[in-house]
Amino acid sequence: MSARFTLAMARRESRSTRRRLVLYVVAITLGVAALVAINSFRANVTSAVSDQARNLMGADLQLGSRWEFSEDIEALVDSLEQAGALVSRVTYFTSMALATRSGLTRLVEVMAPTGGYPFYGELETEPAELWQAFRTSRQVLVDPAALVQLDAALGDTLAIGRGRFVIAGTVTRLPGDIGLRSVVGLRVYLPAPYLEETGLLRFGSISYHQAHFKIDDSQAVNEFVEARDSLFEANRVWYTTVDEYEEDLTRGLDRLASFLGLVGLVALLLGGVGVASGVHVFVSEKLDTAAVLRCLGARQRQTFAIYMAQAGLMGLTGAALGVGLGVIVQAVIPQVVRDFLPLDVPFHLEWTAVLAGLGIGLWVSLIFALLPLLRIKDVAPLRALRRDYEKSRRRRDPWRIGTYAALVLSLLALTVWQAPRPVIGLAFAAAAAITAGALGLTAWSLMRLTRRFFPRRARFPFRQGIANLFRPHNQTVAVTLAIGSGVFLIAHLYVVQRNLLEQITVETRPDRPNLVMFDVQPDQVEGVAQIMDEHGAPVLESTPIVPARLTHLGQRSVEELLADTVGPRIPRWALLREYRHTYRDKLVGSERLIAGEWFSETDTTAGVARISFEESIAEELKVEVGDRITWDIQGVPVETEITSVRRVDWARFEPNFFAVFEPGVLDDAPQSMLMLTRVDDPIRRAELQRDLVISYPNVAAIDITVIIEAIDAILSKVALAIRFMALFSIASGLVILVGAIATTRYQRARESVLLKTLGARSRIIGRILATEYFALGSLAGLAGVVLATIGAWVAVRFLFEMSFRLPGLPLFAFWAGTALLTTIIGLATSRDVVRRTPLAGMRDFAE
Amino acid sequence: MSGGRPLTVLRDIDLEIEAAGAVAVVGPSGSGKTTLLGLLAGLDLPSAGHVVLDGQNLNELSEDERAAVRAEKLGFVFQSFQLIPTLTALENVLVPIELQDAAAVNGADAEDRAKELLDRVGLGDRTHHYPAQLSGGEQQRVGLARAFANRPKILMADEPTGNLDADTGGHVIDLMVKLNREEGTTLVLVTHDVELASKAYRIVRLSGGRIVGDEQVTPR
Repeated sequence: MSARFTLAMARRESRSTRRRLVLYVVAITLGVAALVAINSFRANVTSAVSDQARNLMGADLQLGSRWEFSEDIEALVDSLEQAGALVSRVTYFTSMALATRSGLTRLVEVMAPTGGYPFYGELETEPAELWQAFRTSRQVLVDPAALVQLDAALGDTLAIGRGRFVIAGTVTRLPGDIGLRSVVGLRVYLPAPYLEETGLLRFGSISYHQAHFKIDDSQAVNEFVEARDSLFEANRVWYTTVDEYEEDLTRGLDRLASFLGLVGLVALLLGGVGVASGVHVFVSEKLDTAAVLRCLGARQRQTFAIYMAQAGLMGLTGAALGVGLGVIVQAVIPQVVRDFLPLDVPFHLEWTAVLAGLGIGLWVSLIFALLPLLRIKDVAPLRALRRDYEKSRRRRDPWRIGTYAALVLSLLALTVWQAPRPVIGLAFAAAAAITAGALGLTAWSLMRLTRRFFPRRARFPFRQGIANLFRPHNQTVAVTLAIGSGVFLIAHLYVVQRNLLEQITVETRPDRPNLVMFDVQPDQVEGVAQIMDEHGAPVLESTPIVPARLTHLGQRSVEELLADTVGPRIPRWALLREYRHTYRDKLVGSERLIAGEWFSETDTTAGVARISFEESIAEELKVEVGDRITWDIQGVPVETEITSVRRVDWARFEPNFFAVFEPGVLDDAPQSMLMLTRVDDPIRRAELQRDLVISYPNVAAIDITVIIEAIDAILSKVALAIRFMALFSIASGLVILVGAIATTRYQRARESVLLKTLGARSRIIGRILATEYFALGSLAGLAGVVLATIGAWVAVRFLFEMSFRLPGLPLFAFWAGTALLTTIIGLATSRDVVRRTPLAGMRDFAE
Repeated sequence: MSGGRPLTVLRDIDLEIEAAGAVAVVGPSGSGKTTLLGLLAGLDLPSAGHVVLDGQNLNELSEDERAAVRAEKLGFVFQSFQLIPTLTALENVLVPIELQDAAAVNGADAEDRAKELLDRVGLGDRTHHYPAQLSGGEQQRVGLARAFANRPKILMADEPTGNLDADTGGHVIDLMVKLNREEGTTLVLVTHDVELASKAYRIVRLSGGRIVGDEQVTPR
């Protein structure tokens, strides 16, 4: 006997089953399609970023700082300019903008460019060619969304601080911007020469300063910045080169694609489950044939090879179709993640992704088919003589153990390979295993419960339909697993999103502030309070804010700590960032003490101010109660000692601080106030903001409602992308359902013909089937919804550290929807079983 | 194993079957006939004792080696025909030939042999029919053709007429006996049909797992 015979037998043997196995092929197809699409997209992104990095960044080098450049840095910029580099400066700050005609205000990011930035890439304005031209007079350009939100039109006047500007046009495209940016912050472009007129850039106000360079010799750029690393650090200046920009962007987008790929992987694993359950039924039907072959002298391995070859062929076909579909989907993905993409991703066929998809599809189908196929290997030839012959099964079959091991290793390898980081891959594999196990267990126990409380007195069709759930060769667990996983994914996502949003919406409760005013100068507090009073807005809270920089941890300076490569690493950002402190004599509702003691009159530390530090920043800076920190508060060094550590609930919209000073120390330091109020009527809220901007243009107001809308928009967009990938899993689940129905059709048709011969009408058959599918859909839906709720509870409580709320009605809708959809698809695919006449059926089965 | 419990089906069996003979094993249901046939064919091994087939002790062979012995020396006829439903009549007959070593099989010769056998059982015009398209008698004739395809030394028949009516069964038996004579095969026939058993030269009677009778007869 030869390999030729094995293949020929495999081909002949698959004749009658090909049509039925097609659905399992499709299950693999969907998973492979999801993977090929997302991985091709990843490769497309990487090459697109590498092609367009310079255009996206708009320059060869960027320097930036939270403060105006020091003399040393200015000298450096000058020297670069003299060496032939083109320089363009951009100043950013946040401010209120008031559209005078509509009276609407919005917090905007003001950006004042000079020179030729962007040096690369396309910047488009509407009307065209305004980018340089608008700077000659008192004009601004705005984001298109700003016109909508401020209810303004071109030609209207926009008030920024004390300045008044005509809206000349919109910037429709800025290199490197993503679609979501306008959700986070609206931008107003203002000519640098008129910046003074706004009166907003005063001492102590928050602004960012950038210099963009066009330098022809790109190699020189990297050497230049590397040589001056410590100079930049000492002056708190960050820099970005094209290489770094490319790296960061690739990493960010790759991570996004990886996460989506993991969701896609679920579809492939479900496909594997589909293959396993399909092959299981297939094998049950083929055991007799295998026994005959063994009787006729076929060896164990030969018989096994015949069926393994069929599984391989099936997997290869499924994978090939999947690659085809994946390439089509690949073209759609840029649309799905459009809002996160700062660049055009051109479509290229990625051969590595295609080949990987083909290989993985084949491997997954083989490894999942192997488990049920082992029964073929073990079939006793004596079975051909006696159907009821059972071979005593060996407890520890090395083949079975080996197959399980290979399955587990393959899954781990797949997830680790697909995940952004191995740890995430392992965690994902563990989560997937737990979910699958829990789903399987839930399905199994629900099945047991149904059996235990079997409705013995119900009408015949109902009893028969329920009994079908546990008939021999039933696929209840496999179908529940498949559909349940799909429901789990979607419902879990929904419940988490709902909880996050609800948490945020709590902040809109009548007892919470909904308007935050910051940057109120001490001499403005009284005036602002008066305007608020005129609008019936009470001052709910007023908190001082003192900006500061860290200079020493204990005796060691920040510069020393940054240069230290031996000791425990303290993150750069924690050392270099600008801190905002406050001072008060009591704890607020969103914080509680976890170490040390709150300030008391009796305990004083001579010459050193006492502070209460926040838990997470204390961990980052590696400090604890008793440690000393020195701050630079607007040029004045202030030494402090940590006397307590607090845990803060940052999820609450309340002014929270890393460091709270004891009262008295900072009373005379330069500071601004943060004021909270609540105005329910949106129109009056808008009026209050308008009047505040007119009288105190430096005071910025944040409308919590607007923030919640923005967060909602972002969450929805992330959820959309995840849902798109989850669709593949849902589709796989449905395919497995249809496949399960198809593989048991023979048995069902036989049974229904028998029932009809005995006098059952088509309607009874239809009712039996409807009961069965509805029960199946209910089981799967319930298992999915229950697990999704548990999963979401874990995520909300422990990952997001928020309180959990159960959205009962939507979950019920998920459940009912799943049951209905399953029933409809089940009945639609079983039409011919219901319709077949008994005589035609009898002939089919006469053997 | 039966229902998960060990069950002794045969005991104290001492039986020798001469080459080119025709032995009928008879006995009531559950007397152990089929089990005896299975052991003779090496489909399983006895829990005690041994089986020697054509000079080879089957106990000394692995499962795969026993399969090779079957492929080379045995032909099988089953009560329920056991044709492979997905293969045509011709392909079903070809299986035992194809299962032999590749070197021994010549594709064209094999097909000629299979067609000739189908001709001899009167199915020369139904070679491309599937089992489901054939009547019970026709299916069993394909089974006969398959049993002789690899020119076996021994033919094992398990209730070959059990699923057929008397007329058809008689026809199949005549064919089997005729082929057996022409091919010079040793026939081991398991049946509870006395009429059928009378076609053999020797009748072995089983009851409760023991041999209770062994007589030479003149076949009718």
